[in-house]
Amino acid sequence: MNSPYLRRKIINLLALGASFLSAAFGILFLVWILKDVASFGFGALDVAFFTQLPSPPGETGGGLGNAIAGTALITIIATAIGVPAGILAGTYLSEYGRGSKTAEVVRFLSEILVSAPSIVIGIFVYAIAVKPFNGFSALAGAIALAIIMLPVVIRTAEEMLKLVPDATREAALALGAPHWKVTVFVVYRGALRGIITGVMLAVARVAGETAPLLFTSFHNAFWSFKLNEPTATLTVSIFNYAMAPYEDWHAKAWGAAFLITALVLIVTVSARLIVGRRKGALTS
Amino acid sequence: MQRVAPNNGLADALFKGLCRFFALSVIVLMIAIFIVLVKEAYPSIRAFGWGFLTGSTWDPVAPEFGALPAIYGTLISSLIALAIALPVSLGIAVFITEMSPSWLKAPIGAAIELLAAIPSIIYGMWGLFVFAPLFAEHVQPFFIERLGFIPLFAGAPLGIGMFPAGFILAIMIIPFISSVMRDLFQMVPPILKESGYGVGATKWEVIWKVVVPYAGSGIFGAVILGLGRALGETMAVTFIIGNSFRISASLFDPGTSISAKLANEFTEAVEDIYLSSLVELGLILFVITFMALATAKLMTRRMAIKAGRS
Repeated sequence: MNSPYLRRKIINLLALGASFLSAAFGILFLVWILKDVASFGFGALDVAFFTQLPSPPGETGGGLGNAIAGTALITIIATAIGVPAGILAGTYLSEYGRGSKTAEVVRFLSEILVSAPSIVIGIFVYAIAVKPFNGFSALAGAIALAIIMLPVVIRTAEEMLKLVPDATREAALALGAPHWKVTVFVVYRGALRGIITGVMLAVARVAGETAPLLFTSFHNAFWSFKLNEPTATLTVSIFNYAMAPYEDWHAKAWGAAFLITALVLIVTVSARLIVGRRKGALTS
Repeated sequence: MQRVAPNNGLADALFKGLCRFFALSVIVLMIAIFIVLVKEAYPSIRAFGWGFLTGSTWDPVAPEFGALPAIYGTLISSLIALAIALPVSLGIAVFITEMSPSWLKAPIGAAIELLAAIPSIIYGMWGLFVFAPLFAEHVQPFFIERLGFIPLFAGAPLGIGMFPAGFILAIMIIPFISSVMRDLFQMVPPILKESGYGVGATKWEVIWKVVVPYAGSGIFGAVILGLGRALGETMAVTFIIGNSFRISASLFDPGTSISAKLANEFTEAVEDIYLSSLVELGLILFVITFMALATAKLMTRRMAIKAGRS
């Protein structure tokens, strides 16, 4: 065997080995982080964690009941704003704006907005919904999350609506149904599963957001169900607790981290499974 | 029938108008974000001018503000992240598209993409409590002892700092870069690769000399996309960059970033000029990431058009 050939074979082996190690590297960190979150976090969860208010700084006991309620409240309102808006905008891109310049610009900007720094969205909402009303509020937090959700929903809604074959639209139109009825009762129904998946992924994405909530919903040590008051959330609580010098607060932060990670991963994985089955159904 | 038709015309127009309204809201939102940030940052822009970009004092009492150490930290931590994430993402994409048995492709791809689903605050907390102590105890002393004479590796083994922040950022952006690369590699026509194998090229030579050049500008786009993500990342960086407002040559020294500065100080800022300076930091971040992401999108779009033609 001549040496240039041997050299090429060795380089090939080294490069392929490095590729294998890269994949292993990614999976190692996924497993490592999830294992730590589970093992440190699970022990912190007890009944009080879900039902009680935080204890004062330095004291043990108490829970994050208000933060759990706050995360649920803010995420639900954000979903109620962001999802209909996103689906309608996605409908425009898929049903009305094919090939139009406006649609092209909207598509481009929403792709950028998806990756825009969430903390900047936080500043923007602070300027329009916190500063003018002299106070942090759950509603401001929800608006910030809705803005982050919007482009995510637009993109998946458009993609999913485009999967519905044009022949289906034409068949419904040929029966004399008006365009909006075709869209709502035929196209939406055809894309329903995909849209639900997109919504689930968007909810999972914003439920774990922290940065845009820091200056909008802020924090609250008590129960709050009013939309115009500062409201605690799991993610902001993790930030405050992990940075504080108390052991018990660190345990609480791990508990909250476990809860939010479990929620996000369960929603994400089940959304993937739904879509996977759908894709299989389409290709077979 | 005569009465139904006009009603439907109205309903159609209403529905279309509603869809159009929300589609246009994205454009309005983007412009509004920019205008509001400029307006809120205006007092600081007027007070410090271009000096804001080059100054390195951050003194709320004086008050005097300069953003250079924060901009420096944002750029350097993101570049460290890219330097790590680029080869690893390339390796992952190669492994999934060219090496892995077909039954393993989907699970590995899904596992890597799950890294993107973990909330950023979890990365931050894990980085602070698990990664930083391990790094300080087992990795840093080695580098400081052996390579401490190079300014890059000087300093104390703190566990937190510019390099640890970049490393955690790398793990966070790997799924974004590798999934774009994977899609690009799958777009390469099999006949090109087969021609490579046909003339006796090894698998790596086919990847490096056929697949990668074909994906060309798309890979560049994927990298910039990852950079855009890293630049704006907040919580993970805030936990482990060390929050020290200075520029240091050492990768191990604590620093700060625009996003960490904002997360730590925004709610504490009471004076108008202090708040305005923080908003100006946000504006700088917004403009940098906007440019990076727009470039990335144009690059990947060009690639998609090329693939569509061939």
